[in-house]
Amino acid sequence: MSTHSVSLTVNGEPRTVEVEARRLLVHALREDLGLTGTHVGCDTSNCGACTIHLDGQAVKSCTVLAVQADGAEITTIEGLASDGQLHPVQEAFWEHHGLQCGYCTPGMIMASADLLNRNPNPSEAEVRHALEGNLCRCTGYHNIVKAVLSAAESGRGGTIEDGRLSEQQRENIERVAETGLGA
Amino acid sequence: MSVAEGSQATGWVGRAMRRKEDPKLITGRGNYVDDIVLPGTLYAAFVRSPEAHARISSIDAAAAKERDDVVLVATAEDIEGLTGPLPMAWVPPGVEVHTPEHWPLAKGSVKHVGDPVAVVFGTDRYSVVDAADEVAVEYDPLPVIVDPEEALKDETIIHESLGTNVSHRWSLGGGDLDKGFAEADHIVERRVVNHRTAGGAIEPRGVLADYRGDELTIWSSTQVPHFVRLFLGLLLNMSQDRIRAIAPDVGGGFGSKLQMYGEEVVLAWAARKLGRPVKWIETRSENMQACHHGRDQIADVRMGMKSDGTITAFHVKILADFGAYHMLLTPTIPSLGAFVMQGCYRMPAVLTEITGVFTNKFATDAIRGAGRPEATHMIETVLEQAAHELDIDPVEIRRRNFIPADAFPYETPIGVVYDSGNYQGTLDKLLEHFDLQAFRAEQERMRGEGVYRGVGFSTYTEICGIAPSRVTGPTGFGLQAGGWESAVVSVHTTGAVTVYTGTSPHGQGEDTTFAQIVADKLGTTPDNVDVLHGDTSTGPEGLNTYGSRSTAVGGEAIARASDKVQTKAKAIVAHQLEADPADIEVRDGKFSVKGSPDKAMTLAEVAGQAYIPLNLPEGMEPGLSETSFYDPENFVFPFGAHAAVVDVDIETGKVDLVRYLGVDDCGPAINPKIIDGQLHGGIVHAVGQVLYERIHYDEEGQLVTGTFVDYALPSAAEIPMFELDRTETPSPTNSLGVKGVGEAGTIGASAAVTNAVIDALRPIGVTWLNMPLSPSRVWAAIQEARG
Repeated sequence: MSTHSVSLTVNGEPRTVEVEARRLLVHALREDLGLTGTHVGCDTSNCGACTIHLDGQAVKSCTVLAVQADGAEITTIEGLASDGQLHPVQEAFWEHHGLQCGYCTPGMIMASADLLNRNPNPSEAEVRHALEGNLCRCTGYHNIVKAVLSAAESGRGGTIEDGRLSEQQRENIERVAETGLGA
Repeated sequence: MSVAEGSQATGWVGRAMRRKEDPKLITGRGNYVDDIVLPGTLYAAFVRSPEAHARISSIDAAAAKERDDVVLVATAEDIEGLTGPLPMAWVPPGVEVHTPEHWPLAKGSVKHVGDPVAVVFGTDRYSVVDAADEVAVEYDPLPVIVDPEEALKDETIIHESLGTNVSHRWSLGGGDLDKGFAEADHIVERRVVNHRTAGGAIEPRGVLADYRGDELTIWSSTQVPHFVRLFLGLLLNMSQDRIRAIAPDVGGGFGSKLQMYGEEVVLAWAARKLGRPVKWIETRSENMQACHHGRDQIADVRMGMKSDGTITAFHVKILADFGAYHMLLTPTIPSLGAFVMQGCYRMPAVLTEITGVFTNKFATDAIRGAGRPEATHMIETVLEQAAHELDIDPVEIRRRNFIPADAFPYETPIGVVYDSGNYQGTLDKLLEHFDLQAFRAEQERMRGEGVYRGVGFSTYTEICGIAPSRVTGPTGFGLQAGGWESAVVSVHTTGAVTVYTGTSPHGQGEDTTFAQIVADKLGTTPDNVDVLHGDTSTGPEGLNTYGSRSTAVGGEAIARASDKVQTKAKAIVAHQLEADPADIEVRDGKFSVKGSPDKAMTLAEVAGQAYIPLNLPEGMEPGLSETSFYDPENFVFPFGAHAAVVDVDIETGKVDLVRYLGVDDCGPAINPKIIDGQLHGGIVHAVGQVLYERIHYDEEGQLVTGTFVDYALPSAAEIPMFELDRTETPSPTNSLGVKGVGEAGTIGASAAVTNAVIDALRPIGVTWLNMPLSPSRVWAAIQEARG
């Protein structure tokens, strides 16, 4: 089968992939570009786990062919935080327990961020309506909606502590370094 | 109403901490099966039956095999070396259970739509699907049975080798049922249909298998990696130590991944045969056809009562539609409901009779609640109906029947001992948040405006914390396994702590919950405690995650291992500080001498002594790591009281859930945030079943609701904010006092919503409804009631 060259800007970086005409954008992102944060949960465009931003708008990347995205600017969940600073929606999902298994979460966060781009102060009903195309089996949506409303209010993110040392861990290591073990 | 956020907590237990798990998951750095890439991986696609019941007359794979991008096409005959069919591990005791052979690939005939008949392995994920389409299978159709009552007649037999469609008949009862009904002034009889549903985890199943040297590694989106290792070893005739099963990040399970699936066996077999990594990622359409379903029971229910509403007898006859095969726990799922068939109530006599039958659908097995949602739905909808027939307030009739708080531990007529409860307490608290009198006035007023609003209640208790081995094991209730759980708590040289648990959490937040438990025991902080799970190579055997067991059994094992570490640490501290070990306490993050808080050591200092063992107490081994295997003495029994408010559009039959309140008791809260989250999700799982979801096969056995287009999971737009509160009645079964909460919401909610819809329509004359309460069904009931 013949392939096509597709040039994209993904999370700010220019990328080129060679794909079959039938290749879905989500597979190009996950498998050709290694961006596995974008998930696939259905085969009918219902679940929204694959939601990304394409030219600034939330789209379901299982419903776009990679060749259709030629020339597009794409943001995936991996590109949402910048300089170690979580996007306000990411921070709010963490703070308000807006995720459990985490599988729908990237799509849910991308759809929520898109909503806040378009409507910085949504009502609860507007949040629920905007997320109608993103399914979650774990949370019952309560804390997701709470998180999005909170992100709209705060408008700021936190820092990524993942991979960093806690205060106590740092103290322990410093102490060992200074005094040796068994001090 | 806002839930107490645990601000009174003095330690880490009780705090509504945000989760340790989340940073990677919110930044797209999770690690689910399909995210794992090994060089040279082949992809698998299964060829599945479009027929519900047929003989396989021929399979022609020549075209697929000729393709350059195909490495292997296999049918049942090719899967050589299996020691037997797929396992079924739990039968109710005392009866013969007919179990048909169930092979990973169908042998000779197919029994349901989606039954796999062949598998193709190829180099490209897309083209392997093309190749699977080129496998030509000819079928000779056989008569199809989808109605369990038809199946019961045995006019057409699904499994010829069994000679019957009946799997087994089994009953569990206690007390004098005849006497109970003879003493009744009033008997309520209903047929309660609990329809078939799907687990609906957003991550479909997936398997990656790799065989190197003589070792198999299998990554599977499973709740039960330890079972996967055990059964793969048995089926592939491999020693358990040669197999490593890993459940990486798993995108939800809800029981549907508590299984030993044929696809896992086929992938492991192929990895060994081909010597290359092989991967299979399930599509949603496959998932709806071939990932086990839940519920599917028809129950004829009779409740006898005195004219004051006091229950005298309860008799339930369940016809359970098991589908085509017995999977791991299929035959015992309805029996789990029988354990708690009297719910929160004193019932002098109770009898549950179960008949299980085979049909041409996929198998049912454990889905969130597993038998207990069905039992609760029967009890709570029939009791509320009885209240109306006897003109007793639905809240009052519950009060009159509750087992009183001072009666625990309470042995029911069937011999189950409820460990703790305060049913009146949760109901009273619920009514503090919900003014029933005011609601009734509002309801009346709104009806005047043409709005049909209703309220429904449900009070439940459930049995979980699976399980005491003596009760559920081979000599008890027939499970071919124990019910214990393992834990290893290891303090490293720097004072960092690694915890291993044999449970396999997949979204429940146990990394955080368990770290909170350990932090308090060892005078450290939760971020200093790493929790390992879901990898059989990282610790001793475990029994995985299901049945709301992880905290009540796995958490207790961790607490006990932590206690052992704490005891050793205290001995080291006492030795160093020349104090009595009995005088050492864990206080303010340190091991200190009682009354002399300045004389203290940190955990890191203790660990330093343990690992540079130059001055340990006489005879003490170095190191600071302990193991515990905890086998519970009893189950645990969470409970709660729920209320749902709905509006019904009587012109269309559409139901809107407008309010939902719950007061639940799972013992002392370790992390209130996580507990509420479990309840939210559990409740919506049941709301989905009541209002939207149905696995529906047509008369030909075709799956009509085979995608998320037709199988409608609730979205955010259908669901209101929840109003939750708690009471905390400690369980005497474990030292933490905790009970499970993963299934509680699902067990409590379906009756509340169903009762609310009936309450809304009672003025029209509707007195009963069976789920799913789709607009068409509700509309038809309204038309019928209006004549």
